[in-house]
Amino acid sequence: MTLSPSHLFFWLTVLILGGPVLAGLTGVVAGAMGHVPGLQNAIPAGDVWGAVWSWPGIGRSVTLSFWTGLLAALISLASATLIMAGWSGTLSFARARHWLAPFLAVPHAAAAFGIAVLIAPSGWIARALSPWLSGWERPPDLLILGDPLGLAMVLGLIVKELPFLLLMMIAALPQAKAATSMALVTALGYGCARGWLLAVFPGIYRQIRLPVYAVLAYSMSAVDAALILGPTTPPPIAIVILRWAADPDLSLRALASAGALVQLGLVLVALVLWRLGEIAVAQLGRSLAESGQRGSGRAAEIAAATLAATSGIFLFGGFAVLALWSVAGAWHFPAFLPETLSFRVWASHGAALVETGAATLLLAFAVVALALALALGSLEAKPHRCLLTALVYLPLIVPQVTFLPGLQAASLKIGLGSGALPVGLMHLVFVLPYLLLVLADPFNALDPRYRTIAAGLGLSPARQFWRLRLPLLLTPIAGAVAVGMAVSIGQYLPTLLAGGGRLPTLTTEALALAAGGDRRVIGAYGLAQAAAALAPFALALALPRRVWRNRQGMLHG
Amino acid sequence: MAESLILKTLTISAGATPIVSVSLTAAAGEITTLMGPSGSGKSSILAAITGTVPDGLFATGEILLGGQNIATFPGWKRHIGILYQDDLLFPHLSVGGNLALGLAPGGRRTERQGRVKRALSEVGLEGLAARDPATLSGGQKARVALMRVLLSEPRALLLDEPFGTLDSELRSQIRSLVFNHAKARGLPTLLVTHDPQDAEAAGGPVIRLR
Repeated sequence: MTLSPSHLFFWLTVLILGGPVLAGLTGVVAGAMGHVPGLQNAIPAGDVWGAVWSWPGIGRSVTLSFWTGLLAALISLASATLIMAGWSGTLSFARARHWLAPFLAVPHAAAAFGIAVLIAPSGWIARALSPWLSGWERPPDLLILGDPLGLAMVLGLIVKELPFLLLMMIAALPQAKAATSMALVTALGYGCARGWLLAVFPGIYRQIRLPVYAVLAYSMSAVDAALILGPTTPPPIAIVILRWAADPDLSLRALASAGALVQLGLVLVALVLWRLGEIAVAQLGRSLAESGQRGSGRAAEIAAATLAATSGIFLFGGFAVLALWSVAGAWHFPAFLPETLSFRVWASHGAALVETGAATLLLAFAVVALALALALGSLEAKPHRCLLTALVYLPLIVPQVTFLPGLQAASLKIGLGSGALPVGLMHLVFVLPYLLLVLADPFNALDPRYRTIAAGLGLSPARQFWRLRLPLLLTPIAGAVAVGMAVSIGQYLPTLLAGGGRLPTLTTEALALAAGGDRRVIGAYGLAQAAAALAPFALALALPRRVWRNRQGMLHG
Repeated sequence: MAESLILKTLTISAGATPIVSVSLTAAAGEITTLMGPSGSGKSSILAAITGTVPDGLFATGEILLGGQNIATFPGWKRHIGILYQDDLLFPHLSVGGNLALGLAPGGRRTERQGRVKRALSEVGLEGLAARDPATLSGGQKARVALMRVLLSEPRALLLDEPFGTLDSELRSQIRSLVFNHAKARGLPTLLVTHDPQDAEAAGGPVIRLR
């Protein structure tokens, strides 16, 4: 077989999905044994690990990461399942699902800022209840943000992971033959929700297992939500690793590598536990199904509506408050609305916001353009589909914080340095999987007879691609570009570690400013971040409608 | 162009198990009918001729067109036109765009447009070049699909149950239109169907698969 361009793209894709993770993990192992690039002598491995385990608060950091991650993943999955069980198949659900994409687009950091200004002791919720109900004349002395149990952080994770899992479940519905199964169990006298759980959910879960594992791994190692909402004394292990990796003292890089291995071990243990849980739940489900008990499932429907509404309120309410803060003059507790308005923040930060925003969008666009070419090329080649499916999830399941420190060391070693190129490459590692995931279904759903007809007309494979497949897929491609840009815009850790501070994006700037605690500035940056991520979605919706306004066959479906 | 399409022990197998094997000669300007129950491997034979045998199956034997064994050519170099029961007009192109896609590249723009125009009027669809194919009636779509494949100047024509979705009156009308055009151009034509009426109307040799 000759090496066509699409095969080249396929193997490049394999390299980009697998290479950095493996190189990073290798670097991390070397680092944990004391080999740090830039240090004259290796540090004895025993000293590295001794320093890690004697680091103040390390034990609590580890347990904190472990249980908050499990809790966030568990609640996200349970909520998504309940929402699907109680709500899917209805007309209002079909309408509501269009709102999921923006949920998904909003960067984790922006969502976390929104939650922070809602639930803080001086946040909007406290203001709404004060003083008439709570009696608070000044913000209560409660540790809500950064509570030692990490509950605020768990909330921040759920608000973002819930829509992701919902979208994955919706995508899995057709293959699970949900509609037929539902008709069947309803005829057997099962209520909507119970029937869905017993008959449809097992088929769905089989398909979304890898995304669920990605959610679990992410929740245990998230950096941005932890920096904004998480506890500080001690912080989750991911934050400890980040501090070590970003420290000017190079010997701490060895600790970062060792910490990364601890984090990886934690995730692996959690995955094993989760797998055991899966088996137990499946057993429970089978015996419940065999018991033959019917129930209306009215409770599940109410729970579904409540859960969906709550996460919607947290996300959109958060943005409303961020917007208010960005234009607030004087705004004392417990006033519900700002007493005076002021555009001081926008005036003083406007120029910087535009400049950083433009750089962020430009970087995102360049990364997505490259990723799109690779994704489409790989899908055209379509050999070794199993290899691709497995590799797509590799950068999503192996936590960023476990291989990025090693990759940072490796890129220093080969002289890649820091700046736009390494940042772009890092973003590519995380953008490419999403593009492949979003595009695979529409690509494979194209009627194969189009290909036969086109070949019969004498069109070469290249002309078939440019004249037929590319325009036929314009709508999903536009959507995939929007998803990819949102992923790139939201990246914090890769931008920070590979950029070395020389390539500030809206996300890194927002998190840097978060430490200052100025809500007006945070409001402006949070909004800018969300706007940058949402704008491509608006374009992705508008573009196909404009291009295909005279082609009915391209608009529905 | 008086070439015949000759299949010499064309065999489709899954692994070591042969599914179907056929030898036939479809003479130029004649409609040869291939009949058989579903699952008899009719569509696999068509896939072998167009060069689109699905993963897991493979084809052996010779496919001769004008004395050349085209079995080793990639699909797009075989020049085998095919019509399905769905019109499968490309929804993103205009009617004229669909037709122009089949024209061999090159030639002046006005000349190409002229050929598209003439093809449309040949089947009574004058002035529809700019239309969105989704706005055409079923019969109109079938005629555009026929002209699209003919404009690409195929060396042979395959018909994969092409009249299955049309209602009975339209069916005989489109059927004779397709057959007449294929015969007039002297194309070796292979019709796959399970409808005896189609075979009768074709008036050529009938080969039954078991």
